[in-house]
Amino acid sequence: MSIIMAFIIGGLICLVGQLIMDLTPYKVTPAHILVGFVTGGALLSAIGLYEPLVKIGGAGATIPISGFGHLLTQGTLEAVEAKGFLGAFTGGVTAGAAGIAAAVVFGFTMAVLFNPRG
Amino acid sequence: MADSKQPGPPKKPLTLTEQVLQQKQTYDQQAYQRLADSVKPRHNVLVNAFNAFWVGGSIAALAQIITLIFIANGVNIRDAATAATIIMIFLGALLTGLGIYDEIGKVAGAGSIIPITGFANSIVAPAMEYKREGFVFGVAARMFNIAGPVLVYGFIVAVLVGLIAYFLQ
Repeated sequence: MSIIMAFIIGGLICLVGQLIMDLTPYKVTPAHILVGFVTGGALLSAIGLYEPLVKIGGAGATIPISGFGHLLTQGTLEAVEAKGFLGAFTGGVTAGAAGIAAAVVFGFTMAVLFNPRG
Repeated sequence: MADSKQPGPPKKPLTLTEQVLQQKQTYDQQAYQRLADSVKPRHNVLVNAFNAFWVGGSIAALAQIITLIFIANGVNIRDAATAATIIMIFLGALLTGLGIYDEIGKVAGAGSIIPITGFANSIVAPAMEYKREGFVFGVAARMFNIAGPVLVYGFIVAVLVGLIAYFLQ
């Protein structure tokens, strides 16, 4: 059941992104989409609108890059509660550490191991 | 389109009916062009949206399956989600290296960009491309072509939200 919900929520988030790319008059590149969704996810999370999506969709809401924004915001808010002012600076990166480290390490490894085609 | 005037040698002064016919023809062509323009992109939008939906959904579903496997093996929910994220990043990076992820991307568009596998793709693809510029300015610097801006804006928003929360407390 949770797999189907992940499929639906994850699919809908990507669908929104695709519609933004196709229906807006601006030239929206993948970089714009990624930046927009991480920012949007972080802001939605701040006003408490992203957590319900995670409750319903599980990985469907956390795997899209907007889920990374949510992770950063929630980490920051928790750290602010626990440590005060310092938490505003430590919380986000701490919460996102696993993803960032994995992306850097695996990204570097694969880029070194493989060569582009053609 | 000079040959579109129908019978015989074209006489210099066009009769009124011919002028009307000619104008009607250009009008019809414009109308057709408008119709074609209005129909063509919409078709693409629908197909693109459908492809983005099912590919993005499938990637999320795979991540959910991995999460469930971790939970079934006694990992708590939060760590399971983190572990699933790491595995998805690994898969995204590997498939990019193998040249498979770009093929998926041609069909899926945002469905392959927005999931965290797309974030991994955005790191590996330029790093691989610019390898000949060396391991510092080639691989390491280019890794952050797209990932850099994502982290910049993500961090800025998170810290701002944290500061606002702190001062509202």
